[in-house]
Amino acid sequence: MNFELDEEQVMLKTSARDFLEKECPKELVREIMEDDEKGYSPELWKKMADLGWLGLSFPEEYGGAGFTFLDLAVLLEECGRALVPGPLVPTVVHVGHTILAAGTEEQKKDILPRMINGELILTLAFMEENGSLEASGMTVKAEKSDDNYIINGTKLFVPDAHVADYILCVARTSNGANKEEGITLFLVDAKTEGIKVEVLKTMTGEKLCEVVFNNVSVPVENVVGEPDKGWPVMERMKCEALVAEAAWMTGGARWALDTTIDYAKERIAFERPIGSFQAIQHKLANMALEVEGSTSIMYYAAWAISENTEDIPMAASMAKAWCGETYKHATFDGVQIHGGIGFTWDHDMHLYFKRAKASEVDFGDGDYHREKVAKLLEI
Amino acid sequence: MDFSLTPEEEAFKKEVNDWLDENMKDLPDWYVRNDGSGPEPESDESLAFSREWHKKLYDAGYVGIAWPKEYGGRGATIMEQVIFNEEMAKRRAPMGAGGLGVGWAGPTIIAAGTEEQKKRFLPKILSGEETWCQGFSEPGAGSDLKNIQTRAVEDGDYYVVNGQKVWTTGGMRADWAILLARTNFDPDIPKQRGISYFLLDMHAPGVTVRPLREMTGYALFGETFLDDVRIHKSLMVGEKDRGFYISMGTLEFERSNASSAVGLLTSINELIALARDMQCNTDPVTRQKIAQFYIEANVAKYIGLRALTRQLRGMTPGPESAVGSALTQEMGQRMQDFAMYLQGPYSRLVRGSKYAIKNGSWQRSFLNSRGNTIATGTSEIKRNIIAQRTLGLPRWV
Repeated sequence: MNFELDEEQVMLKTSARDFLEKECPKELVREIMEDDEKGYSPELWKKMADLGWLGLSFPEEYGGAGFTFLDLAVLLEECGRALVPGPLVPTVVHVGHTILAAGTEEQKKDILPRMINGELILTLAFMEENGSLEASGMTVKAEKSDDNYIINGTKLFVPDAHVADYILCVARTSNGANKEEGITLFLVDAKTEGIKVEVLKTMTGEKLCEVVFNNVSVPVENVVGEPDKGWPVMERMKCEALVAEAAWMTGGARWALDTTIDYAKERIAFERPIGSFQAIQHKLANMALEVEGSTSIMYYAAWAISENTEDIPMAASMAKAWCGETYKHATFDGVQIHGGIGFTWDHDMHLYFKRAKASEVDFGDGDYHREKVAKLLEI
Repeated sequence: MDFSLTPEEEAFKKEVNDWLDENMKDLPDWYVRNDGSGPEPESDESLAFSREWHKKLYDAGYVGIAWPKEYGGRGATIMEQVIFNEEMAKRRAPMGAGGLGVGWAGPTIIAAGTEEQKKRFLPKILSGEETWCQGFSEPGAGSDLKNIQTRAVEDGDYYVVNGQKVWTTGGMRADWAILLARTNFDPDIPKQRGISYFLLDMHAPGVTVRPLREMTGYALFGETFLDDVRIHKSLMVGEKDRGFYISMGTLEFERSNASSAVGLLTSINELIALARDMQCNTDPVTRQKIAQFYIEANVAKYIGLRALTRQLRGMTPGPESAVGSALTQEMGQRMQDFAMYLQGPYSRLVRGSKYAIKNGSWQRSFLNSRGNTIATGTSEIKRNIIAQRTLGLPRWV
């Protein structure tokens, strides 16, 4: 029995934190949030690639480091703490891991090494106007025409599509009674004619896009996995996305906790540090309890994915539900305990507060995942 | 990260399960049915049942498994203790009768007692021949334990003790008590530096216990009055005036409850069964609540396993164990409340009533659960501990 990070993982965590404190300071995060049209820093992206982060969880034969999903979760926790801007998770987890899991050897050899060395940005076009995460929500159509598929329809909330080199589009290729059948995954070159990308304005400054596919032609060899059988691949991808998000959120929640504890020790009111008031102590104790819980359930879920255990869907939904609410509580109380200063634009707490609200709904909120848990428990 | 057991641990787990297979066969029907048809709680029959089970556990060497071999224990590793507690909880095996003696008095005597005390008391704690209660809290000293007023004054080879203790669980039937009393009356020293730790014969002249009825209707508690009770000096544990610190060690021991999450997961199965019986298992609110309990119980389980890993690496269970126990106790309470809610109008019926669900078992456990966040440190005290000792926030001065 050993439920702790090993030495290598602790080293990865420490070195990632040191690197990001230097290379991804809040000035950079704010600059990208407020002005930047790209939504990420190409310089930072290149440095992360050089450190091997983009290929951490990929086999060596594609230029990766051959580490596990748990190692990746340790890294993402630190990225969440630093609020690294840009499509790191969509590139590596949503699309990169999907190609690794379901792609052809040609696709892997073509895409993965270039993704890992930082040349390619990838993103996933999943959700539509209906906001559904279920197979029944996938209505963008792809019809076969000779050696191509023609995609038509609109995808929404696509992260960083405006800078992506490839978009993995989840489209319907047949429409029977079982909605989980007839879904196909297409790796679409983002420069293909007929693709129109519009960046939406967001609270966090992240770049979410509307992607309109108007008679977009994609060659059959760009189908990832088998035609009509893309949904199970997406189910697995969603589990990994949930745990990646949980790691990201845990890192952010831990920042909010640490920062608020420091403030409560220093801020004097009524001639004493506010951290000596039990009203403040108990709020912080609750925060600490939830963050400790997040770390524990998130590492378990990440371990489950690494080991490919049977309870991955259960672990992933539990982690997302718990960590999502933890992050929200930690930043809500973080603002409250900081008082007026916590409500200002200048203090960093709102950056995390907004990220928490965005992360909470990403790939399903607490209610959604509790219902998943209820189904798995066969209540 | 590795959740697997070693071959030795697997073998121990099998041994425990084989023993439970063999011995749980003979449990009475009412226990197996778990439908509330058993004897009245706290009745002689109910206590006899616990004692009989305790004897079986004792004969098999499963009482005080964590105690060193030289004191009659098994010298079990921390992992073996966890496995044992988990398997017992998973199988819903009965509890033995030796709770306070085995869990508190014994470990304290092992840690701080004299050789003579160890020889005299430990064997009878394990066998269940002598039962124990605790004399810590007083009417004016609960969470603020260092404020106790019970006085122990030296008189030759004895201390003469006067005062009143309260919430003495099992006090009416206990043979011995672990007792805190003030032995230094210097008003200029901090209150916690003047307290000593004694072993008190509950049958000694001057000891009177009155039952104290709880909101459940039963009297598990007692009020203990001490009038000129003479305790021989050989029955002091540890040094004079250092008793408060010894008792804090005991409380930390009690707060390290790595396996309570497994008990909660078992209770969730009962809650799901209840939801089905009440035909509300398709109701979205019910499903949300039960799923949240399940998530929280798992979170508590994995917090426990991280704390366990630290313990296995030789770090003692410290304030962080308060995090896990605050969560499990409060959650247990909310679960009990929800079980009542699921029963709608039937939730008002208690043991012995026509139509009462499981003969009022839920009602009793619901009422009992209100004590969970008070005993062994209130939720608020636990949060103080987390804030001050784990997060390093300043104490109020």
